[in-house]
Amino acid sequence: MKIHEYQAKDLLATHGVPVPRGVAVTTAREAKRAANDLGGKVVVKAQIHAGGRGKGRLVAKQAQTAAMYAKLEASPATMEGAVKGSRVGGVRLVGSADRAQAEAKKILGNFLVTHQTGPAGKKVQRLLIEEQFAIADEYYAAVLIDGALGTPVMIVSREGGQAIEEVAARDPKAILRVPIDPSEGFPAYRGRQLAKQLKMPHATIFQAGALFAGLYRAFLASDASMAEINPFVVTADNRVLAVDAKVTIDDNAAFRQPVATLRDKSEEEPMEIMAEEAGIGSYIKLDGNIGCMVNGAGLAMATMDTIKLAGGEPANFLDIGTVNRVELVVEATHIINLDPNVKAILVNIFGGMARVDVVAEGLVAAIKKYRIKHPIIARLNGSNVEEGRRIIEASGLDFILADDLGEAARKAVKAARA
Amino acid sequence: MSVLVGRSTRVLIQGLGGEGQNQIRRSLDYGTNVVAGVHPSFRGGTKFESFPVFNTAEEAVAKTKPNVSIIFVPAPGAADAIFENIAAEIPLIICITEGVPVQDMVAVRAALAQSKSRLIGPNCPGLITPSAKCRVGIMPPAVFKPGRVGVVSRSGTLVYEAVDQLTRLGIGQSSCVGVGGDPIIGTSQAEALEMFNNDKATDAVVLIGEIGGTAEQASAAYIKRHMQKPVVAFVAGATAPPGRRMGHAGAIIEGASGIAAAKIKALSAAGAVISKSPARIGVTMQKVLREKKLLKD
Repeated sequence: MKIHEYQAKDLLATHGVPVPRGVAVTTAREAKRAANDLGGKVVVKAQIHAGGRGKGRLVAKQAQTAAMYAKLEASPATMEGAVKGSRVGGVRLVGSADRAQAEAKKILGNFLVTHQTGPAGKKVQRLLIEEQFAIADEYYAAVLIDGALGTPVMIVSREGGQAIEEVAARDPKAILRVPIDPSEGFPAYRGRQLAKQLKMPHATIFQAGALFAGLYRAFLASDASMAEINPFVVTADNRVLAVDAKVTIDDNAAFRQPVATLRDKSEEEPMEIMAEEAGIGSYIKLDGNIGCMVNGAGLAMATMDTIKLAGGEPANFLDIGTVNRVELVVEATHIINLDPNVKAILVNIFGGMARVDVVAEGLVAAIKKYRIKHPIIARLNGSNVEEGRRIIEASGLDFILADDLGEAARKAVKAARA
Repeated sequence: MSVLVGRSTRVLIQGLGGEGQNQIRRSLDYGTNVVAGVHPSFRGGTKFESFPVFNTAEEAVAKTKPNVSIIFVPAPGAADAIFENIAAEIPLIICITEGVPVQDMVAVRAALAQSKSRLIGPNCPGLITPSAKCRVGIMPPAVFKPGRVGVVSRSGTLVYEAVDQLTRLGIGQSSCVGVGGDPIIGTSQAEALEMFNNDKATDAVVLIGEIGGTAEQASAAYIKRHMQKPVVAFVAGATAPPGRRMGHAGAIIEGASGIAAAKIKALSAAGAVISKSPARIGVTMQKVLREKKLLKD
């Protein structure tokens, strides 16, 4: 689960990370008041669940986002050149509270398109108003899980403010990677050692120790899978500050985190939320025309791969999870069917824990309940398969049956073209 | 011989909720030796099917001497169950549970390093050795057939898919190991490959990877340096978009090494035979076995 920058900074501040003074607002009037409180000279930052905001562009209508996205992607270099300090992106420097209000008006309610938002862009509903400061140097810090080591790692670099993947590709030596022993954690002294390695000015070493230690504590406390400060800066007067922050919370830990206050559903795909509420394991909308219903994430990915190899395009990724309720199958079929691009539906179920008879019963019920007209290609195997096939046959409905995965994909591609 | 489970396996099941009950019945039907159950809310000593149920793993171990445990405890309590099994010194712990918080697994991995136990999973389909009728997992038994090909997979349902293809071609399996789909797991693909490499009952191995992480690159490094047996590999998720988690917590493309192409390249360079399509894993293995004269038609 992604959270907003302002929420990430609140979390970091709670654990001792120095962050700029700032307030999250939802109206231009509030923006003015916040700017006044902060002394007038402020930064106005759009709060959306995507990066690249400063280099993004705003458009007024949802209908315009795709064209803007295509333009951004076509010439990132020229678009980028025009940005720093300009009046076009989602991050704006202003000199007075009145200007803050004016800029807030231009941003709020509009759609911000960046290279990370995709063609749909993101509607801006909230701004973070923050104090300004003169930046002397930018750095990078993040904590994430290293699956191979089985521990968190701290990643730092002198090259802050840019995508860390690009730094890694250009100059791997510019990145320090420090494994963390979970029994020790990341005490401040290790942060101070890191600050020395980064050749930070001596007046900032103590503050940097607090920043690194606090980052790790925030990562632990929030059950994050990743917590990133990019950049953190040293100001002209030698203050250390986390200027931008991104925290991703492990979905598996949602049961013990304050998800209700942190989650912003308006940032997520409505169909994906609908799928989640129906109890479906995982649904991700894609651009093709062959709807997929599969059990198990690996088989679902493999089914998409097979469709592509057969010359088709999947409309979605759908791992239905463990199928033990007919209703789950009915709702999954309904959600796939809601996608206007879908021309055919491929159902690939290999029952282990999931039961094929439940799937068959659900498919038959869904066709009747939602009057589904698209051809359904069913490849059913595994637990209770005989019973499942009997239900399909007895229904008298027009299923296209397939014996194996390759055949199912070929038939689905053919049906989607017809 | 077999990998990890076989004729001498004595299973303890921890977590006898609805799904645990269903699955352990199917293992019993298959012929697996289940010696005990652990569930806090059963009256200690009660029987479930053919075996006694205890309230703690400690009691179960003292009274029934299991050497493998299988955990069905729901995600919030799964790490706790693993710790209990580690404390009871059960040599092999298999955690089926999906959705275990990754930071819980950081603690589990640290405990495993100091212990006598090996963990498979979490978020895995478990293990099966068809010749010994030993199923410590959730796989559909009907598709498996005794034979000499091993299977290692991150995904559960892709084990069934690959095995179904093999069995239809008359190619049986020595053992199958689902290592699990999470970012932190107890036993890596490369470790599982090593066990099959050392297993006298295995001639060749199917390796099923997927996008995310670097486990396939580690497998490639092992194959290149040590593997004596042919490996047929498939990597799922070539068509997955970056930045989106594809169901498995580990299946998310976050860097260049996470994409399918990078993994396929590493495995291919190490000498594994790549099946580009998941629908052709069986025939690819058949061809390899014929070339190596390991298949009698």
